[in-house]
Order: sequence, then C-alpha cells, then structure tokens
Amino acid sequence: MIKKRLRAQKICFFLLKVAVAINGAALAIIVYFIVSRGWRAISWEFLSKPPTDSMTMGGILPCIVGTVSLCMTTILFALPIGVASAIYLNEYAGQTKLVRFIRLGINNLAGVPSIVFGLFGLAFFVIVLDMGVSILAGGLTLGIMTLPVIIGASEEALKSVPKPYREASLAMGATQWQTIRKVVLPVAFPGIITGSILGLSRAAGETAPIMYTGAVFFTPDLPSSIFDEVMALPYHIYVLATAGTNIEATRHLQYGTALVLISLIFGMNLFAIIMRAKMRKKLKG
Amino acid sequence: MRSGFLLVALFSIVALSLIIIFLFLEGIPILEHVSLKEFLFGQYWYPTDDPADFGILPLILGSIYVTVISGMIAIPLGVMTAIYLAQIAPATVSQIVKPIVELLASMPSVVIGFFGMVVVAPFIQQLFNIPVGLNMFNASLMLAFMAVPTICSISEDAVFSVPTALKEASLALGATHFETLVRVIVPASLSGICTAIILGLSRAVGETMVVLMAAGGAAMIPTSIFDPVRPLPASIAAEMAEAPFRSEHYHALFAIGIVLFVFTFLFNLLADHISYKFRQVGEASL
Repeated sequence: MIKKRLRAQKICFFLLKVAVAINGAALAIIVYFIVSRGWRAISWEFLSKPPTDSMTMGGILPCIVGTVSLCMTTILFALPIGVASAIYLNEYAGQTKLVRFIRLGINNLAGVPSIVFGLFGLAFFVIVLDMGVSILAGGLTLGIMTLPVIIGASEEALKSVPKPYREASLAMGATQWQTIRKVVLPVAFPGIITGSILGLSRAAGETAPIMYTGAVFFTPDLPSSIFDEVMALPYHIYVLATAGTNIEATRHLQYGTALVLISLIFGMNLFAIIMRAKMRKKLKG
Repeated sequence: MRSGFLLVALFSIVALSLIIIFLFLEGIPILEHVSLKEFLFGQYWYPTDDPADFGILPLILGSIYVTVISGMIAIPLGVMTAIYLAQIAPATVSQIVKPIVELLASMPSVVIGFFGMVVVAPFIQQLFNIPVGLNMFNASLMLAFMAVPTICSISEDAVFSVPTALKEASLALGATHFETLVRVIVPASLSGICTAIILGLSRAVGETMVVLMAAGGAAMIPTSIFDPVRPLPASIAAEMAEAPFRSEHYHALFAIGIVLFVFTFLFNLLADHISYKFRQVGEASL
C-alpha cells in the first residue's frame, strides 16, 4: 500500500521536474537560435554605423542610441514618482480606503496591455500635448508603463528595512521625514535600484508602446534633442522582419539586432540579480 | 511632507484615469457609424473597404482562442514549476531555476514573436504538413512562454507562504509528501494560484508583438487550430500606421483598445478581489 503511494509520488515529482525542464529548454532554445545565428552579424561596424542601402546593409547605431535615450527618459520620469509613491504607501499611509484605492489603481495600471499604453501615448502625448513622435513622448509612455514595477520594487525595498531602525531614529528626536531621508532610504537604496533596473529592462524591450509615440521606421540622423524621433532596437527587429525591403536577405541583421537587444536586457537583469543576491547575503550576515 | 507624497502617490490613479478618458474620447465616435452590437458582433472586419465593415467578432474570438490555448499550456507548466520550486526543489536547484524563470520573463516580446516567425513557423509547417506556419497554434505556443513566468512567480509566493505547521501536521498523520502537496498545500494556496493564473492570462490577452508577428493576421473567424488569426492587439498595432488621423478607422482602433482594456481590467479586478478576499491570514485561511 505505502509502496504504491510512494510510487505515485515518484511519478508526480518526475512530472514536476519535466515542467521545470521544459521552461529551461524553452529559454535555452530561444537563446541558442538568436546567438548562433546572430553572432556573425556582430562587428564593430554593425554597432557603430547607421543602416545603409535601404536598411539591407550597415549597422544599428541609431537604434542603440534611440533605445538608450528612450530608457533614460523613462527612468528620469518614473524613478522619482515611483519612489515617492512607495514612500507614501509604505511610510506614511495606514490601511485606509484611499490607500486601497491607490493600490487598486497601481495594480490595474500594471495590467494595462502595452498596445493600450501606445494608443494613450499617441492620443495624449503626441497629439494633445503636441510633442509629436519623439523621445519625450515615447519615454513618458514607457515611464507610465514602468511605474507600477518601480513602485512595487521600492515598496519591497522599504519593507525590508527593519522597524528598529526607524524607531531608533524617531526616539532620537528626528522627524519622520528626517528618518526616511537619513535612515530608511539609504538602507533601501540598493533594493530600489535593483528593482528599477529590472523595470527598465522591460521597458527597453517593449515595442508596442513606442511604435506610434517615439520610434520610427528609419531616420539616418542621431537625435539631437528629446523632441526628435528615433529608431529603436525592438522596433527595428519588427520592421526588418515584417516590412523590410528584402526580408530574407536581411535575416542576419535581424538576428544580430535581436542578439544585441537580448544581450542588453540580460545584462541588465544579471546585474540586478547578482546585486540582489549580494544584498541578501549582507542583510543576513 | 506627507501630503506632498500623497499627491505623487495619486499619480498612478491620474494616469489610469487619463488612459481611460483618452481611450473613450477617441474610441466612442465610431458608434456614430456603427451600432455597438454591429461593432462587437459583426463578422466582417474590412476597415479600408468602401463602404467599410467594422465588425470585430473575428478579432475578439482570435484573442479568446489564443488566450485559452496558451492557458492550457502555460497554466500546468507555470503552476507545476511553482510547486516544485516552493516545496520540493533543493536550495541549489531553485537558485538556478529562479533566475531562468526571471530571464524568461525579461525576454522581449518582439524577440519571442521573431522566434515564432522564423524558427517555429517553418518547423510546425513541416511537422503538421500545413500551408502556413504563422497561425493560432504558433501564437498560442509563444504566448504560453510569456505567461509562464507570471503564473510561476506569483503562484510560487502563494505556495511558499503556506504555514509549515500545516505541512508538518499532514506528514505526521502519515500522508506522503505528495499527498500533503495535493490535499493540503495546494488547497491552502489556491487563491494565490488563481490570482497568478488570471494575471498570466491577462498578460496573454494584452500581449501585442507575439500575436502581431506569429498569428498570421487574417481577420477571419478561425475554424481550426492551424488557421491564421488576428487578435485585438495585433489589429491595433498593424493598422494604426495606415489609419488616417481621426478617421472612422482610427476611432475603430481606439474602440478596439477599449474592448481590450475592459478585458484586462475585468481580469485584474477579479484577481484583486480573489487575492484580497481570500488572502491567507495565518493558519485560518484553510
């Protein structure tokens, strides 16, 4: 009897392991194809030259610059608002109806589909605020999209600051704001940055929100102000793969661009993951 | 200071409200051209014909089908991985698997769509001997791998937070580890697992680039799993470039945005309700 039950356990645990293996395999297969077919396209020229010959030759420099400038705008906008929101929710607010309402808003903002952010950015930033298709409009759209991630990460980081830190500071006669600024924030800072990098890495890979707000099909010039339109890595992959002048002949460029994009994003993620692991060790020790 | 922070914290509400306002502002005018019923249940989507047809039923069905099929793949995969990570895996294994799930989550949708287009499409075309590889099945498969990390990480938290006392009590009564999992731990964390599934599916419904690149893009009601479809987000993304500013077509695309928003909004409200109402409060949650 017990043997039978243990055998059932063995079979089911095996199935669970299979599920885990499928996830790992999926990641490995995708990465394998992108790397094995993309690395040949990578050269100094590919990274440092604009596309030429109607985007069938040349490099992706404008896309890299575009993606980086969109990300900078995103983080400059979303980080202060996100951290301040988290400070309110975690340090000042109690369990009131208003707080529950704000949280509901944040949760729902997190669930809005990326293309809907794109529609909103087009209607509001590009047209009503008359920013045109620009780094500013695209960055703000991505910023609103990233906000819930940054709020969540910052709250998590604030929560992990032990209560006695605050109590000790308050007991010394510091005001609550002084306590937050001098005691809580410095301890929470690495956690906030880690979470923000994760959020930003997601923004860097998004295509739908910037399609009609920040990114364009092709522009030969590098941007000179935040009111310029740009090319972006994710949109460039989409354009080359679906609407390029010669889709088959530019395959290696598509794989190459994808490889650059995932290297950028995985780099940011690995950095954040390693930093977090170090932090945990430090908190424990 | 406090009220200053409150003002900033209200920004998320303001942003969400602005999104809703502008969607409706630009989407509602389509109802001057077609009735709500014709829009939602019309079977023909020919927005550039003259006269144009604005029936989004094929798009809605496309979205529902790919979401359901991807759910059938992603729910078991995600939940099983979560259970394994939270209850069975030795620390060394979960230290490797967790970053894998996180990297899978960070994979840009355009790269997954691209992968579906150039690698998976020719493969399933040959495997099943079908005319096009860009179809509902391909898109669902790709969407599943976008939904797995969401489902996995949220259910893992839920499964992990089941009090150890419950587990120990069950083991002490002579149940095997597996029986304890199925009869005690999973039921105790069911609300969290449900929330995870809803949020994962909500992500699949709203995902744009994957369905834009891998679903085939035909605005027809599919009759087989290998038919090309054009889910709601794909329509918006593909057609916005060619829709003249504030034309009927432009308004129709914003109206599709409203439908999509309502879909995900309901999903999120449901998830929020479940996790709030059935939240685990100590051991009393069983």
